[in-house]
Amino acid sequence: MKIRVWINQKEYQDEIAPDTLLLDYLRAKGCYSVKRGCDTSNCGLCTVWLEGKPVLSCSVLAVRAENQHVVTLEGMQEEATRFGTLLAQEGADQCGFCSPGFIMTVIAMKKELDHPTEEDVKAYLAGNLCRCTGYMGQMRAIKRYLEVE
Amino acid sequence: MFTITQNYVKAESLSQAYDELMRNRNNRILGGGMWMRQGRKRIPTLVDLSALGLDTITQTGQGIDIGCMATLRDMETSPLLTGSLQILSKSVSDIVGVQFRNTATVGGSVYGRFGFSDFLTALLALDCTVHLYHGGKVPMRDFVNLPYSKDIVEKISLTIHDSCVASYQSLRRSATDFPVIALAVAKTGDRWAISVGARPHRAALAVQTAASLGAVPSALELEAAAESLCQELTFGENMRASADYRRDITKVLFRRAAEELLSAEQQLGMERSPS
Amino acid sequence: MKAVNQAIPKIDSMALVTGKPVYTEDLAPANCLVVKVLRSPHAFARILDIDTRAAIKLPGIACVLTHKEAPKHRFTVAGQSYPELSPYDHLILDEYVRYVGDAVAIVAGETESIVNRALRLLKVSYEVLEPVLDFTKAMDHPSVIHPEEDYENMVEIGSDRFHNLVSSEGFEHGDVDRELAESDLVIDREYHTRANAQAMMETFRTYTYYDHNSRLNVVSSTQVPFHVRRILARALGISASEVRVIKPRIGGGFGAKQSVVSEIFPALVTFITKKPAKILFDRYETFSSSNSRHEMQIRVRIGASKEGAIRAIEVNTLSNTGAYGEHGPTTVGLSGHKPLPIYNQANAFRFQSKVVYSNTMPGGAFRGYGATQGFFAVETAINELAAQLGMDPIALREKNMVRVGERMPAYYGEVLSSSALDRCLVRGKELIGWKEAFPSRLVSPTKVRGLGMAMAMQGSGISFVDTASAEVRLHDNGYYTLQIGATDMGTGCDTILAQMAADSLGCDLHQIIVHGVDTDNSPYDTGSYASSTTYVTGNAVIKACAQLVEQIKEAGAELLELSKQAVEFDGDRVFSLQEGKEISLNELAQRLVFGSNRVLSGTAAHSSPISPPPFMTGFAEVEVDLETGKVDLIQYVGVVDCGTVINKNLARLQAEGGIVQGIGMALFEDIQYNERGRMINNSFMQYKLPSRLDAGTVMVEFEESYEPSGPFGAKSVGEIVVNTPCPAIAQAVYHATGVWVRDLPITPEKILRELRETR
Repeated sequence: MKIRVWINQKEYQDEIAPDTLLLDYLRAKGCYSVKRGCDTSNCGLCTVWLEGKPVLSCSVLAVRAENQHVVTLEGMQEEATRFGTLLAQEGADQCGFCSPGFIMTVIAMKKELDHPTEEDVKAYLAGNLCRCTGYMGQMRAIKRYLEVE
Repeated sequence: MFTITQNYVKAESLSQAYDELMRNRNNRILGGGMWMRQGRKRIPTLVDLSALGLDTITQTGQGIDIGCMATLRDMETSPLLTGSLQILSKSVSDIVGVQFRNTATVGGSVYGRFGFSDFLTALLALDCTVHLYHGGKVPMRDFVNLPYSKDIVEKISLTIHDSCVASYQSLRRSATDFPVIALAVAKTGDRWAISVGARPHRAALAVQTAASLGAVPSALELEAAAESLCQELTFGENMRASADYRRDITKVLFRRAAEELLSAEQQLGMERSPS
Repeated sequence: MKAVNQAIPKIDSMALVTGKPVYTEDLAPANCLVVKVLRSPHAFARILDIDTRAAIKLPGIACVLTHKEAPKHRFTVAGQSYPELSPYDHLILDEYVRYVGDAVAIVAGETESIVNRALRLLKVSYEVLEPVLDFTKAMDHPSVIHPEEDYENMVEIGSDRFHNLVSSEGFEHGDVDRELAESDLVIDREYHTRANAQAMMETFRTYTYYDHNSRLNVVSSTQVPFHVRRILARALGISASEVRVIKPRIGGGFGAKQSVVSEIFPALVTFITKKPAKILFDRYETFSSSNSRHEMQIRVRIGASKEGAIRAIEVNTLSNTGAYGEHGPTTVGLSGHKPLPIYNQANAFRFQSKVVYSNTMPGGAFRGYGATQGFFAVETAINELAAQLGMDPIALREKNMVRVGERMPAYYGEVLSSSALDRCLVRGKELIGWKEAFPSRLVSPTKVRGLGMAMAMQGSGISFVDTASAEVRLHDNGYYTLQIGATDMGTGCDTILAQMAADSLGCDLHQIIVHGVDTDNSPYDTGSYASSTTYVTGNAVIKACAQLVEQIKEAGAELLELSKQAVEFDGDRVFSLQEGKEISLNELAQRLVFGSNRVLSGTAAHSSPISPPPFMTGFAEVEVDLETGKVDLIQYVGVVDCGTVINKNLARLQAEGGIVQGIGMALFEDIQYNERGRMINNSFMQYKLPSRLDAGTVMVEFEESYEPSGPFGAKSVGEIVVNTPCPAIAQAVYHATGVWVRDLPITPEKILRELRETR
């Protein structure tokens, strides 16, 4: 079926199968930052923004994004560089495979929460798994990010 | 992942949605899609309700209506869910992560009646009615036991009782895991409602145990109620815990819930009659 | 030193954090055939027939391959140096399937949906055989899992495969029986560690194609490109010269990718069809059709005097290698050879092991590689000894631990050349607040906090086996390329090796360009495993750089018309103060590509006769809910001696990440099977990794020693960091509750059950 979607502010019109997942559609459109990490909506790697809210693109049908705005890390390069630099300075990017989804959620959190505590941050990001870092370096980077801004 | 073999219909009315749903026995309504995608169903027509404005939370004369397309995340952020309804927020806050809850819907959780459901456990302890498009209004206590039949959960209505206090408790092996036991208790004056989910069976009310409790139960009575709760409901085993462990935990969580809501009730009483 | 010992960001960081397409799937050409594997529903069965007719007729299907079409060269998937210590018990597709999830058939087609349809059309008839599901009964079981005639061991490993015994090993130093008989106290306990999933975020994935010279090119997320080249060549019956393996950025490995897991399937498809092909394992497959940490049952006996002098330690391990033997005979060795030598004051040691087959998913390599299992058992037994002696567990360790200069009979007779283990104990004790909080304190009527600790060691590479080479070359405008065969899998080895090169050459880090691995171009390296990269490859880099420096001096001297002995090189220029002459590196490099007969390139290999152990102490504080048994990890302190810390950030991240993996192993992670042998928690929904809400606060510090044989004094850090959480948390739980949980993971239910029984 035909859909119209804005990806990173650019309009796309495509003919797609109705059971196409947003994740696969976005990758097909060249948004390779969007990763698949699980098949059960548990890992957070595929996080993108749909109408400004972080969602799991593996669990949303592309047709659900009809007439809506999707933002991926490709459309968030400036902010990704800003926070990513802090992450890299902690060595907390490690394998980097969870970084795009994680960074999308961190930026969403900054928008949504006012002066979050460490516990608020952990709760907001609980859906972003990481097997490399043990999370501590990510937290150090987030604290610096929230201070800096 | 499921496969849509024919159509995806973004319904323009509930009646159209219902007609599409009934057209083939394998047609389905799409809620958040979080659980549905984990099956391998072949679905001729998938019906989407997202264009019907059913994602609202509104104040009514008696309480609150929550549309089927409201998300679990809305339970945490809505300013309308106060007082005893705060257990709804607490019940969903451990579910996977914010991104998941931004998409998972109230209607999907309610219709699914999953054994592990925190949210269903909390709703069941409250005065809640399910509005089905075809089946009409059904109290949650009845709905929870109905066999799955094709219908559309349009919204749920929660009746607010000013003196109602409630507590939600769960035990998880790790923070974002399914619960080993989910338990919700609500009390309005001398009326108690005790709901236990993840046994690992679907949430159920312990009606007899609730009836055994009065307005001001003694510690001994609460202890007896905890025992009776484990007699009244059935418990089973899965990879997360044995039936015996679940019984043990149910007693502990019930006592903690009772303590929490009795103290909240006292607080509420003091606020109402500052003497 | 300008770069070494600094906290420098990884050289690939910005590409990763801005989401650039750098991983295998991102790079795969669009015209790749989609490859999928039909998996066995049975734990043990013989395939009688596979009816492929309907599937092959589907438009868009390129091939359907069964054991009939697959090559018959048996091999091991273990990424180890040849001759491997793992049995040759694999075929790409076999007539027998030996666990639920084993490969039955391969389908390749133009789209994922057509391949899925073809998979559903395959009709397989099986003769279902009686599976061996309980590994403790494997040796007496009537079923023989590997009776095949062409089964082969490259090395004698004490196998008796007709009793499902993969290998057995024995070692004794001193007279254990006499020492135990003369001990005041003997601890005799059995411990059980479970299979755990490595669970790297990027699942297994590979794409393959034939190049213009008809060579098989394999782009894969692997830790062992050179082993993949050799193993694929053997499996396909072709020469290794016909295979090229390329490793792009990798989304984590933790040992899982030290085996050939996904490569064989698209490789066979491309080999047969000559078309490009790719496979992406989904998460279910990654859980249930790959490899995991070996489940082990470990009996420990420790004899000690009443003053706490340990006289003898015996470790007896039974390891479950699952359906295939990769890494089985080697992992089990570390369950004894790592925990025993740390108590070097004992007079006698004995280690015995058996590795058995069962019809469960194969074991494999997972960070710690058997040492983790051994340390849980031995360190917990030591902690139980401390409790029985009424002795502070730190004091008990200080009395018995290995010291610098000692020969370690339980560690292949190596002499310990560096250790800060004593300082790691002291510092960890301070950081956790041992004096104030040991052993436990009540924080509410139902909640108690307890402290626990453990220590550990690992090796730095495999002595006499691991071989790393490096090539560093000067380019025409004065920068360098560093070619290595070690595989950065997110750990940052490309960066730390560049740091070493920068300091060896006296240049800035940005003057060094590091290449990912391409077996056609990179110098040989066994790969990134066995904690070898910093120590073994690092030494190769230093040697290669030293060669290059000599060449630069030689070339510079020639241009300056001086003798080589008369010049010096400071990184920027070759000069002679005495003669007042100099030539900049830049100019030198330019001159070398203009009518020159010289290439400046240092190439060196390194192998080590020793494997110097890094050390670590771990301290846990837990809070236990006495009514539910629920454990909350409050804080964890790790103090690490990895010699000189090459990169402070990356070493810290290794430690923090390894500790949290250890916390997962201690408290939650447990691969479970149903009664038919099907894995029931093969997803992140059912197999829970620690989330950031489960990890508590982890604090890491370093107590540096200087390892004389190490690059800049460094030892390894990658694996040791996973070894302490299990025993430290078990002891913390004991101090909070009075019960020992000897069977991992330490679940609330087990604690509550033990509490009931002791009361």
